[in-house]
Amino acid sequence: MSGTTAVLADSTWSDAATKFGNTFGTVAIFLAILLAVFFAAGRATGRFYKPLAITVFLGPVVVLLLIGLVIPAIRTFYLSFKSDDSSRYLGFKNFTWAFTTSSIQDVLINTLLWIVIAPVVTTLLGLALALLVDRLKGQAVYKSLIFMPMAVSFVGASFIWRFVYEARDSAQPQVGLLSQIAILLGFKNPPNWILEQPLNTFLLMVIMVWVQTGFAMVVLSAALKAVPEDIIEAARMDGAHGGRLLFLVTIPMIRNTLIVVLTTVMITTLKVFDIVRTMTGGNFGTQVLANEMYSQSFVQFNIGRGSALATILFLAVLPLVIYNIVQLRRERETR
Amino acid sequence: MTVETTAAPEASTQPQLPPVKAIRRSFSRPIASLVVIVITALWTLPTFGLLVTSVRPAQQVATTGWWTAFTHPSFTLDNYNTVLFQNSTGSSAGLMPFLINSLAITIPATIIPLTLATMAAYALAWVRFRGSDTLFFIIFALQIVPIQMALIPLLQLFSGGAHIGSTTIIPGLNLGGTYFPVWAAHTMFALPLAIFLLHNFIAQLPKDVMEAAAVDGAGHFKVFRTIVVPLSTPAIASFAIFQFLWVWNDLLVALTFAGGTADVAPMTVRLSQLAGSFGRSWELLTAGAFISILVPLIVFFSLQRYFVRGLLAGSVKG
Repeated sequence: MSGTTAVLADSTWSDAATKFGNTFGTVAIFLAILLAVFFAAGRATGRFYKPLAITVFLGPVVVLLLIGLVIPAIRTFYLSFKSDDSSRYLGFKNFTWAFTTSSIQDVLINTLLWIVIAPVVTTLLGLALALLVDRLKGQAVYKSLIFMPMAVSFVGASFIWRFVYEARDSAQPQVGLLSQIAILLGFKNPPNWILEQPLNTFLLMVIMVWVQTGFAMVVLSAALKAVPEDIIEAARMDGAHGGRLLFLVTIPMIRNTLIVVLTTVMITTLKVFDIVRTMTGGNFGTQVLANEMYSQSFVQFNIGRGSALATILFLAVLPLVIYNIVQLRRERETR
Repeated sequence: MTVETTAAPEASTQPQLPPVKAIRRSFSRPIASLVVIVITALWTLPTFGLLVTSVRPAQQVATTGWWTAFTHPSFTLDNYNTVLFQNSTGSSAGLMPFLINSLAITIPATIIPLTLATMAAYALAWVRFRGSDTLFFIIFALQIVPIQMALIPLLQLFSGGAHIGSTTIIPGLNLGGTYFPVWAAHTMFALPLAIFLLHNFIAQLPKDVMEAAAVDGAGHFKVFRTIVVPLSTPAIASFAIFQFLWVWNDLLVALTFAGGTADVAPMTVRLSQLAGSFGRSWELLTAGAFISILVPLIVFFSLQRYFVRGLLAGSVKG
C-alpha cells in the first residue's frame, strides 16, 4: 500500500511540476511580451507616439471586453429568441415557456423567496450586530469571527452547513449539529432536513445569511459611526431616547447605506448558484434561477432556453445594480 | 419595548455622555453582550465542527458527533493524507491535483487582469484623447452584465471558434484540457470592476508629480512604470486580494470552462461533485473542505484590512 502511495505521490508531484511550469511560463511570457512592447513603443517619437501609447495601454482591454462580454451578451440575447439548437427563430416562445411551465414557475417562486427573505434577514441581523458590537470589549474579535465566512467560498460554506444538517436515523447517535440540538430540545424524530420541503429552501438561505451578515455588519457599523453627533444631540434635547431615537433619528440617517446593503445582498442572492448546486443539485424543490440556467445550458444543452433564463436574470438584476452603482458613486462624490 | 424602558433612566442619569455612545448604551449592556456572544458562537461553531471532524479517526466520526471529541480526545492527521494523496475520492491521486489546479488557475487569473487593468486605468485617467470619457463610461457600465449573460457564447467560441455565415473569423482553438479558457474567462470578467476601481485611485495621483515627469522628458511608458505602478501599490494590492479570493472561491466559471477532470478542474468543482457522491465519509469530506477554505482563511486573518477594503469595493461584482 505504501508502495503504491509513493508511486502515486511521485506522479502527483511530476504532474504538479508540469502544471506549475505551464502556469508560471504563461505569466512569464505575458510579462515578457508586455516589457518588449513597452520597450519598443517607448522608443517611438513624434506624432505616432500618443496613438501608439493609447493602443498599447487600451488595446488589449478593449479587445478582451468585446470578445468576453459585449459580443457574448448581445449574442445571448439573440440566442434567447432561437430554438434550443439555435436553428429556428421562436420569438418570445422561450420566455413564455419560462413563465408558464410549472417547474420553472416553481424555480422563479423560489428565487423570489430567496431575494426577499435572505437579504432582509441579513440586513436586519447586520444592523442589530452593528448597534450592539461596538460597545463590547474585544469587539474586533467578534467582528472578525462574524466576518470570516465572507472569506470562504460558497462551496466551502455549503459543505460546512451540509455537515450541520446531516441527519441519521433516530436510533443512531446523531453526527449533525442541527439534529442533535433538535433532540436536546425534545424532538423525538428529527427529519432529514435537506429533503424536507419547503423547509430545505430556508435552510439553504441560512447559508447565504451566514456568509453575508458580516458584510452587512461592517458596512452599517461604519455608517453608524459617520452619523453626525449634533443631530443625535439635538434629537435628545427634544426628548428622544432609546428605541424612539433609534427608529426615528438614527435609522433614517443611515437609510441610504441600509438600502445599498440590502440591494448588494439581493444581487448576490439573485445570482446564487454554488449553494444550491452543492447542497441539493437543485433537487427536492430547492431549484433557483441561476442554477436552472446552468442546467438548461450546460447539462441539457437547451441553448435557447438557457439563454432566455440568463436574459431574465440579467433583466432582474439590472435595476438593482444600476441603483447600487449610482448610489455608491454619489456617496463617493459627496465625501 | 424592553430596550426603551431600560434606556430612559440610564440616559437621564448620564446626560454628559457622547450621543452615539448614549444610543449604544441604551441597549442594556448584559443583554447586548449576551446576544453578540451567542451570535458569534453560532457563526463560528459550524466551521469549528468541520475542523474538529477533519482530525478525528474515521470510525469515531461515523458513530459519534464531533462535540463528543473533547470528552475522549483522539486526533489524527490521517484524513488529510488520505484525502489529498489516495484513491479514496474517486480520482486516482486524491484531491492534490485539484488543489494544484486551483493555484495554477488563480495566479495567472489574478496577475494578468490586474496588469491589463492598471494599464487601461492609467490611459483613461492621464492620456487625454477624444472619446476617452465615453470609453470609460462604457467600461464602467459593463459592470451591470452578469457573468451568466456571457457563458454560452464564450464557451461556444472557445470550443468551436467564431463564424459569420460560412466564413471563419476565429478558428476552433481546441483548448480543451488546458487552463487557457478559465484564465481568459476570469481575465475578461474581472476587467470592468478592476479598471473602474483602479481608475478611481490612479486619477487622484498628484498632478504635479505627473507633470514634473513629463517635463523631464518621460513618456507615458516610463511614467507608468516608474510613477504610476509604485504609487498605486495599495490599490493594486487590495484588488489583487479580492481577485485572488474571487477566483479561488469561484465555482460557476470553473465548472463551465474547466470541466470536471483532474487535468484542469479546481478544488471548488471537485468538492461540489463530491458533495453528491461521497456517501457518508464525513472525515474525508470535512478534511477536503477544510483544505479548500484554508487558503482564504489565511489570507483573511493575515491581511484583514486589505481584505475588507477589497471585498467592500468589489461587493457588486459579477
